[in-house]
Amino acid sequence: MPGDSKPQSEIPPAAEKAETWHLRLYVAGETARAAAALANLKRICEEHLCGRYTIEVVDLLKNPRLASGDQILAVPTLVRRLPPPIKKIIGDLSNQERVLVGLDLRQK
Amino acid sequence: MTSRTSFPELQKCPTGIRGLDEILNGGLPRGRPTLVCGEAGSGKTLLAMEFIVRGARDLGEPGAFMCFEETEKELATNVASMGFDLAALSRQNLIALDHVHIERSEIEETGEYDLEGLFVRLDDMIGRIGAKRVAIDSLEALFAVLSSEAILRAELRRLFRWLKERGVTAVITGERGRDTLTRHGLEEYISDCVIFLDHRVVNQVATRRLRVVKYRGTAHGTNEYPTMIDERGLSVLPISLLGLDYPVTSERVSSGIEELDQMLEGKGYFRGSSILISGSAGTGKSSFAAAFAFAACRRGERALYLAFEESSLQIIRNMASIGYSLDTWVKKGLLHFHSVRSTIYGLEQHLVAIHKLVEDHTPSVVIFDPITNFKVMGDQAEVKTMLTRVIDFIKGKGVSALFTNLTTGGSSAEQSEAEVSSLMDTWLVLRNLETEGDRHRLVHILKSRGMAHSSQVRGFELTSKGIKIAAVH
Repeated sequence: MPGDSKPQSEIPPAAEKAETWHLRLYVAGETARAAAALANLKRICEEHLCGRYTIEVVDLLKNPRLASGDQILAVPTLVRRLPPPIKKIIGDLSNQERVLVGLDLRQK
Repeated sequence: MTSRTSFPELQKCPTGIRGLDEILNGGLPRGRPTLVCGEAGSGKTLLAMEFIVRGARDLGEPGAFMCFEETEKELATNVASMGFDLAALSRQNLIALDHVHIERSEIEETGEYDLEGLFVRLDDMIGRIGAKRVAIDSLEALFAVLSSEAILRAELRRLFRWLKERGVTAVITGERGRDTLTRHGLEEYISDCVIFLDHRVVNQVATRRLRVVKYRGTAHGTNEYPTMIDERGLSVLPISLLGLDYPVTSERVSSGIEELDQMLEGKGYFRGSSILISGSAGTGKSSFAAAFAFAACRRGERALYLAFEESSLQIIRNMASIGYSLDTWVKKGLLHFHSVRSTIYGLEQHLVAIHKLVEDHTPSVVIFDPITNFKVMGDQAEVKTMLTRVIDFIKGKGVSALFTNLTTGGSSAEQSEAEVSSLMDTWLVLRNLETEGDRHRLVHILKSRGMAHSSQVRGFELTSKGIKIAAVH
């Protein structure tokens, strides 16, 4: 798998290339938790990835077959599809620090 | 096989696994989850898989299999040797497989979540093929991936409730814990039916056993049942369920030796009885066994010869020299030899193997030649338990069983066989008596239940036309 080792996390956020981030948020139905996760995600992206991200929301109740492709069990699950490697963060994304670490936007 | 009555309100879902449905008195509780627990390598995955495959292929019930540990491809490869074609069954929409794989290292948790994704995947599989059965192997993998045990436990509770609501019969596997049935206490959530698989190695021989720990609302066998995994999958031996209520007949069958029949009221052994022939080396035990099998085949019945020391060819050659041309009956398909060293598997595995041979060949006579070596494989109590089970099973089918046993010099025949003789209906003792310039072969009937048998000690000879017992002088 490309770049699944240390160097990725050693790159300071400022050095990240200005590529577009593909983020996908899996939810199951329009629940309060799904709404909270999306709101939290948008806020974090605006702060840290302004103008270079896309968010795709997948409702598994409407597209159940998509769950196995990204190996989704828990919802909400945020998947960073680009840049590699794939990262997953499960939960309502309420803890901003954890989300930043999980997305490699901040060093551990 | 057994005909115990089940409670009408509880519906059963047959697993299709040899022997298991008898123990479960029909099958697993229909529409409810069953927990199958055991150590790694105890056969949990196989049981779950057979439940799904046999249901889909043989019993008209499509099934969904969710696996956490093996990929779909690995699973398919593992069971292909048992004749299960997972790919074909998938194409026919009879089964659905989903491999759940989560890499702990790529997951971060923050805030509240639930396992709706798992439910969606199960629901999708069930809906796609109209599944009546679901297997999940093994849910406990989740504990290694998700850090919030509180969420996980709440979701597991919800999952089992959900499975019941969907009306599917489910098998959930779990790894054995140190002091608990499963490492994470799944038994707390699944209370309808719990099956425990055990896998031990004793004297370098692997022994598998299965036990139904609980089964709410139904009668079930409570013993540990010997279990075997072979080219046909899992089989469980339910024979100790039979107990002593087998049919008894007063029909008689020839021993194959005219004079011996005379000594047994002129009629021979009882059909469906157990016969022990003991003696030291070279006293002619196998010859008496061959005579009995030969006679059965001559009547047009089938015989099964389990040879634990000699190869079938050797037995055929030796017996031909005294007029028992066993080969004829082998060629006609009436006589079936099964040669296997007794020490090659554990006692339990022998039981299962014997069970299957008897089921497959439906003999009227089974020869065990000899049972001597079983004694080195377990203590007296174990050997006796095994023979009891064999005899219960064979007699339950109305089949006659003849056992030969080698007695060692020094100890008297009567004493050395105290542990098995009580299981035998008829007991013949063979001896060599050496006198000056001669050696006499002697036979006497030590006991024969239910008949007025001869108490004479008679000389006999092995002639080219069979065993001839001399008249009394």
